[in-house]
Amino acid sequence: MNLADLLHQTFMQHALIASLLVSITCGVIGALVVVNRLIFMAGGIAHTAYGGVGLAFFLGAPVLPTAGLFTAGAAVILGTLTQTKRERTDTLIGVIWAAGMAFGIIMINLTPGYNVGLMSYLFGSILTVPAHDLWVMLGIDVVIVGLTLFFYRDILSFSFDPDFARSRGIPVRWLYFMLLIMVAEAVVMMIQVVGLILVIALLTLPPYLAERHTKSLVGLMVASGVWSLVFCVGGLAVAYQFDLSSGASIIATACAIYLMFITGQTGWQWLRAQTQTPA
Amino acid sequence: MQAPIIEICELAYAYDNTPALSGVNVRINRGDFIAVIGPNGGGKTTLMRLILGLLEPQQGQILVFGAPPGSNPARIGYVPQHSNTTQGFPASAEQVVLMGLAQGKRRGFRFTASEREAADRAMQRAGVLDLRHRRLNELSGGQRQRILIARALITQPELLILDEPLSNIDPYGRQCILETLTGLDAHTTVVMVSHDLGITANAVTDIIAVNHYALSAGGSKLTPAMLALMYGTHEAGCPVHALLQQMVDSAIVEAPTAHAQRTHATTEHTHEPR
Repeated sequence: MNLADLLHQTFMQHALIASLLVSITCGVIGALVVVNRLIFMAGGIAHTAYGGVGLAFFLGAPVLPTAGLFTAGAAVILGTLTQTKRERTDTLIGVIWAAGMAFGIIMINLTPGYNVGLMSYLFGSILTVPAHDLWVMLGIDVVIVGLTLFFYRDILSFSFDPDFARSRGIPVRWLYFMLLIMVAEAVVMMIQVVGLILVIALLTLPPYLAERHTKSLVGLMVASGVWSLVFCVGGLAVAYQFDLSSGASIIATACAIYLMFITGQTGWQWLRAQTQTPA
Repeated sequence: MQAPIIEICELAYAYDNTPALSGVNVRINRGDFIAVIGPNGGGKTTLMRLILGLLEPQQGQILVFGAPPGSNPARIGYVPQHSNTTQGFPASAEQVVLMGLAQGKRRGFRFTASEREAADRAMQRAGVLDLRHRRLNELSGGQRQRILIARALITQPELLILDEPLSNIDPYGRQCILETLTGLDAHTTVVMVSHDLGITANAVTDIIAVNHYALSAGGSKLTPAMLALMYGTHEAGCPVHALLQQMVDSAIVEAPTAHAQRTHATTEHTHEPR
């Protein structure tokens, strides 16, 4: 099948649209997770989402909305606990992380029959995203981008210096919870593409690459989104070409590009240092 | 008699049953330049956070501009310890200064031309206008600190609270920061925290020593009672006593005319070497 024929296939069109939609959220939320140093927290929320997936299977309910509600609730609980016991943040995240996974496994155990589709939520399956999930993804994109733009000034100030933001009367606590809920929804959306186990890589690698050439938070969001799209489409091509798992291919592509970028940058800096060293 | 800007009565605060402050009484008037000094862990930062409304008093009362703390955020500029801010944050100096305009009210993504002009004025006052397009992580500690001062100044606050603005700053950077502060409008009340007795800002009108309790000097000269509060009593002749006496003699000097030096003048542009 040539490229033109491939692009006419519905599953591939859905995959490309899903890549674009996920990249928008990934750019915005990934940037906020990195600048607010919430990577471990995002990892905890991502794994808690498994509880929501398990619950959806057990209830026979649609997975994305059920997991979205469950993960948002877990994010609020996590946020409340970590705000109350700041010195125990890591421990609490670890507990919620494991508890969410355990709850999901138990729900699956209690669900009659063998759920073959479960694997697609663990490792992603961008090639099987149905049309109605694309609409859910679009809705999440609109809400996340809308909230971020509306509260941009407060988010910017809060992300840079929470104490100063509080002294200016900015409702830092509410912004923090809003951010955690947005992370939860982003994670649920990304589960379709890379699976919950690999979500954290797609949230952190694009901002890590993008922050080297951006001077503003909004610039970081846009550049992260572009990198994310490159990883998703590149990974999709690799998965199709070599008949591999799409989620793992996307993350492998991201890691490979990241390594090439870092190696190239280090090499370039070394060359510049060599040429500028006086004889 | 004019109403004080800050009035604290019998204030007490503890972290998990560990007392940080108790029986604190402080009165700060408009136009004062207060140096809050004391040892590490003595409660200076806690006192500032209580004044800002970031912590709730457990006993006693604080009034800022005659109202509970946090009631008038636009009238207060705050410069936290710069180590608290994210070092690698993707922002130019101008964007950091513009963050001072966020008040949880104005929405929107773009800053207006008048807001950018306000940022320019604040950076001019802090002597960092030429750095406005530089990324924050390209700047030295002293330059970053003055950017944070400009962020606090953007709303033209009546009260400026600075938490250890001189820590980890080289002598040239310290001098630039002190010049910025002494060049402020004489009606601006400045409260500057330091654990360093070596503050030589000529504009200091009063010193408050904090070590779980607070003592005011009533002038710009340390008293033996304040030294005893901060570092305990030491017999004459012992090395610590000699060191403390040396601090008293050299660090904070009487400057009866100093307050008059604070004028509307803006500081000259200074270029700080990195």
